[in-house]
Amino acid sequence: MSVMTDPKVGLIPGPVHDRLAALSRSQAWYGWAGYVAPSHLDSMEFEYFALRNQASLFDVSPMHKYRITGPGALAMLNRMVTRDVAKLRAGRVGYTLWCDEEGMVIDDGTLFRLGEDDWRLCCQEPMLDWLMEAAWGFDAKVTDESHDIAGLSLQGPCAFAILEAAGLDVGHLKPFDLAEIEPGLTVSRTGFTGDLGYELWTAWDAAPALWDRLWEAGRHHGLRAIGYDALNLARIEAGFLTAGVDFQPVLSVERLHRGLTPFELNLGHMVHFDKGHFNGRRALIRARNTPRSLLMRLDVEGFKPAPGALIYHRKKREIGHLSSGIWSPTAKCNIALAHVRMPYAAQRPANLWAEIYTLEEGRWATRMVRLTPVKGPFFAPPRAKATPPARL
Amino acid sequence: MSLNATYDVIVAGAGHNGLTAAAYLARAGRKVLVVEKNDWIGGAAVSRSLHPGWTYSNCSYVCSLLRREIVRDLDLPKYGLQVIPYEGGATFTRDGDYFAYYSDHHALHREMARHSRRDADAYQRYAQAVMRQCRFIRPFLLRDAPDPASLRPRDLGEMAYLVKKAHGLGPRELGETLRFWTMSIGDFLDEHFENDLIKAHLAGSGIIGTGLGVYSPGTAYVLLHHYMGDIDGGIGAWGFARGGMGAISAAIGADFEAHGGTILKGAGVEKFLTKDGRVTGVALEDGKVFKAPVVASNMDVKRTFLTHVDAGDLPPEFTRAVERFKIRGSSAKLNIALDRMPSFPAAPAHASFLRGDLHVSQSLSELERAYDDWKAGRVSAKPYIDMLIPSQIDPTMAPTGAHMMTVFVQYAPYDLAQGSTRSGVNWDDAARRQLADCVLDQMSVACPDIRERIVHMEVRCPAEIEREVGLTEGNIFQGELTFDQLFFNRPVPGWSQYDSPIKGLYLCGSSAHPGGGVMGAPGANAARAILRADGVRMKGYAA
Repeated sequence: MSVMTDPKVGLIPGPVHDRLAALSRSQAWYGWAGYVAPSHLDSMEFEYFALRNQASLFDVSPMHKYRITGPGALAMLNRMVTRDVAKLRAGRVGYTLWCDEEGMVIDDGTLFRLGEDDWRLCCQEPMLDWLMEAAWGFDAKVTDESHDIAGLSLQGPCAFAILEAAGLDVGHLKPFDLAEIEPGLTVSRTGFTGDLGYELWTAWDAAPALWDRLWEAGRHHGLRAIGYDALNLARIEAGFLTAGVDFQPVLSVERLHRGLTPFELNLGHMVHFDKGHFNGRRALIRARNTPRSLLMRLDVEGFKPAPGALIYHRKKREIGHLSSGIWSPTAKCNIALAHVRMPYAAQRPANLWAEIYTLEEGRWATRMVRLTPVKGPFFAPPRAKATPPARL
Repeated sequence: MSLNATYDVIVAGAGHNGLTAAAYLARAGRKVLVVEKNDWIGGAAVSRSLHPGWTYSNCSYVCSLLRREIVRDLDLPKYGLQVIPYEGGATFTRDGDYFAYYSDHHALHREMARHSRRDADAYQRYAQAVMRQCRFIRPFLLRDAPDPASLRPRDLGEMAYLVKKAHGLGPRELGETLRFWTMSIGDFLDEHFENDLIKAHLAGSGIIGTGLGVYSPGTAYVLLHHYMGDIDGGIGAWGFARGGMGAISAAIGADFEAHGGTILKGAGVEKFLTKDGRVTGVALEDGKVFKAPVVASNMDVKRTFLTHVDAGDLPPEFTRAVERFKIRGSSAKLNIALDRMPSFPAAPAHASFLRGDLHVSQSLSELERAYDDWKAGRVSAKPYIDMLIPSQIDPTMAPTGAHMMTVFVQYAPYDLAQGSTRSGVNWDDAARRQLADCVLDQMSVACPDIRERIVHMEVRCPAEIEREVGLTEGNIFQGELTFDQLFFNRPVPGWSQYDSPIKGLYLCGSSAHPGGGVMGAPGANAARAILRADGVRMKGYAA
């Protein structure tokens, strides 16, 4: 039998593309895992402030999603990821990382325990091959659900009020809780914004109807569809990492020694050595106290965002770079995530400087600005954690 | 709250500038008391709930000028301050069309071209001229105005900075700058544009809060005063403070209290106490007395020196200069609770510009006629209105589905003419009703159903703003922003550096350089002057 299948060069529409295309005034699109995704639909500012002030809707369907089921699923996952997921009860979601044998991070993601022996892993990178390999010898089945399950992320202070208006009762969900609120519709109190927010998971074909339902419910709550640009601001304010930007997934880099350990990403608390063997454990035991560099949160002097800027110790020795940098409209400071070599990263008081290049109307200039280490997220509103959640 | 009898500094008035000065002083380790006559803080940067469920920014209503350096120094986001920019605006026509302003370059060009192709292209040079003036003036906002007659090193230094900046402009640009600072917004717009509606839309910023018409010299600067602010680096952008303008005062007040400061509400100042030409404290209306070697008045210059200081303590020349200071009431305000979004029949569905500032003035000549009415002591027959519906992007201002509208009105005289008299007391209920009626008629050009949407309405006339907030004649800038009383002439020649002929008595409000608006700069600069007198260099102005 001859099969002629068009692999479709370039980007293909996601489950709610029709809705997004109708809303797009700016026609600013980018590619996310092969799908057409909005950079912004109107303007990034509008969308960012809707997210932080009212509510935002973002299609996360292009994320890779894998279902892991069977009596051996827990053991298999615990063998794969760095944190002890036996502590994750059914109905809970956990952020986690997984590493190669060298202890280098392959990817991070969220692990949903849908039932006792029923899990879903959501992540940025394609992971079926690695998961199947990890499942070898375990009584566990791995299924790629990436194109079967759609996800809509509803984030912002009015997110709960909108779900309520849509007739979805999620008031009892604490952060990182999940529940099947209606047959075929799972809601988790999760997100990538550091704000009050929920992610809604349903069948690919059911996504447009779910979108319409939320859209109608959000009419009086200022709900806006947003693109990645606004989301990116929010996630940096929350201090979250993006694969490929703030760390290089080790399976996808050609050059050697581009990998980082969880400790080097400041995620040591996500590594549980006491749970028995897991992938990369031996290497991580050796590496735990000897990070080569550290991921830092920095306040950058002045007002010019500086992603990519090189970092210098005492304005002289080059010791790292800023991986993400933005002006935070909410924290009203110039913030960045950065990789800084040891021992400079641990020295206090820090003597860190970034070299910033500016192009102003045809004239390039450079200046050194002071970097001040910041503890914790740049923005962490109490509403993100309050249960029952606030309505605005 | 335990109160002491003596403080290092007393600030009279908890307006946003008074609080800013107080916060910087508290951060410098001073023991500071703020006394405020109202039972709430904020002065003209307040949020008030006058009808259950709705919140009004019932005086100032939008934010842009607040210096980002101050926001950072005082850590205001930590105390809940969030400024949400709004985008665009529109002027509606009487024949059912509109001119909309977009911050998107291409959208703006296309919209302008719909009204005049030539004006669409001319906008580039207009924007360049305005932005050049913004670049020129912005560095001066957080600097002292030099005293040109002084030979003190600091004044010479500031003067040198000014001369260097001015010299750097080159002869042609310097000429343009001097023209810009003294010319009328009407003339300036006529030089650039041909379309009446576009000119009318852009002219509004030149007259807001000012007792001048679009063709009065000096109004081009007033436009600049509205453009020189920024939000998140977007120069000229305006926004709403989440929770209303009171959120700004509340955040500054919270920072002040977090650094050990005390705010006493319901404590109006009766008199600034002096001895041998020095301030010694304040006596309150209720008879309480607080002592301090330094007092900063957040009241305007007239109220401070003509009402609360013994005339005998001041040089007559100074008193006369203060009397001459122009501070004329010209604005009124409607704050409206709406049951739902009014309809704007001319606007396309989901028009983003409805979230911006909306107007209905058709031409410069209509605006000039509105000013003629004011000169005669009448409310303009067709007033300029600046209306916004912040509840579209700030969910805290009104119940879900309902909305709040703020309507700034220009012109309304302070000394309303009635019969043969012109006086603030003529603002009785009938006069206020008449004002509201006339404004609602104007608004219905844009939204014909506005009267049916009203759940509650607050009508504020200049006399009332004076009575409640304390601004003389209800002038929103604490004094006209004209060249004769700006920079080293503000408030009066020779006294531009926040101090006064009474030693230890300072001005920290908008009567001082660089003038009005919710900017914080006069307050911060005054705190710096107060500390400098102690030989202390103020920390801050992160930049």
